[in-house]
Amino acid sequence: MRYDSSLAAVGNTPLVRLPRLSPSDDVRIWAKLEDRNPTGSVKDRPALHMIEQAEKDGRLTPGCTILEPTSGNTGISLAMAAKLKGYRIVCVMPENTSEERRQLLAMWGAEIISSPAAGGSNTAVRVAKELAAENPTWVMLYQYGNPHNAGAHYATTGPEILADLPSITHFVAGLGTTGTLMGVGRYLREHKPDVRIVAAEPRYDDLVYGLRNLDEGFVPELYDASVLTTRFSVGSADAVTRTRELLQQEGIFAGVSTGAALHAAIGVGNKAVKAGESADIAFVVADGGWKYLSTGLYTAATTEEAIAAVQGQLWA
Amino acid sequence: MAIEVRIPTILRTYTDGEKAVEGSGGTLSELFADLETRHTGIEARIVDGGKLRRFVNVYLNDEDVRFLDGIDTKLTDGDSVTILPAVAGGMV
Repeated sequence: MRYDSSLAAVGNTPLVRLPRLSPSDDVRIWAKLEDRNPTGSVKDRPALHMIEQAEKDGRLTPGCTILEPTSGNTGISLAMAAKLKGYRIVCVMPENTSEERRQLLAMWGAEIISSPAAGGSNTAVRVAKELAAENPTWVMLYQYGNPHNAGAHYATTGPEILADLPSITHFVAGLGTTGTLMGVGRYLREHKPDVRIVAAEPRYDDLVYGLRNLDEGFVPELYDASVLTTRFSVGSADAVTRTRELLQQEGIFAGVSTGAALHAAIGVGNKAVKAGESADIAFVVADGGWKYLSTGLYTAATTEEAIAAVQGQLWA
Repeated sequence: MAIEVRIPTILRTYTDGEKAVEGSGGTLSELFADLETRHTGIEARIVDGGKLRRFVNVYLNDEDVRFLDGIDTKLTDGDSVTILPAVAGGMV
């Protein structure tokens, strides 16, 4: 395949079957390898689409500063696009985000403002909103509420998956901004009304939870529960276990949020087996494992050691 | 019939700090009523007017019960129920 620039090479990622982790011959799991995008994550799609739409709307003009709350990947995608297009970019991210992510942002010239680890992305969103109010000329694309985030997946990810897997019965993805699930979910449902859209939500560790309040739940503006068929909450131990299984049994080196999505995919797969149904389940590999190498989870001798190693540093 | 119930930090004041307790019931509603008999006050933090509170999520074997049958979701022996504050965001 040939493209005119790296920005033009976003999307058109492979969909690969998992012959060993699929529950049965009739219940098949397929991985959409979004780590094959230019900066290595699914976020290249919404980042580029949000920038291009903001340019079309006249919100983003040469010399503008882009501001975004991000735990890493969206910032990395935006920073690369900003570099090529000549925008300044400021990213607000939790202070406990991995060193690899910070270096990736810095190498594309992004300026990083750290938000307190407590509250994770919720706090980053709050800090970014405060900065936006203080700097009215900065343009916050705001992935949590920008319809072009979901729009990118409606326009590209959804059609790619349906073209490669017309027999799809379930689509599973991580629940963060909700953009992937909303965009792909809406597209698939329009073409396959019975398709089941399954969210895999990361379950924060106790340490993080202790600092939260039941009334502080943050729901991204993009979220529309009617798109989802069901929603799984995946603990970090299960996410780490699946991330390692994906590597060891299928040779796919993915980040931890992908392990969470795989856990939910296997969960719905097992329910299909019990119900005697056949299924084609596609799930999103949101990024590769490179940015999480320093956690030690891939090389730990046992899954128990890997789980212990990542406590408190995974989901930021 | 024993069902494991995982308790979030914020509600452990009702369970003497226990991260997980056991309960029984054929539905979630019955389970929470059963918990209330030993952990006074916990039911009202989870249930309001016969429904799950807005910012509380309850999961049956990791699956959100709002997408099953809500507070009427049926339970069977060996199930695991997790109570969590509502959270989105934080991934990727």
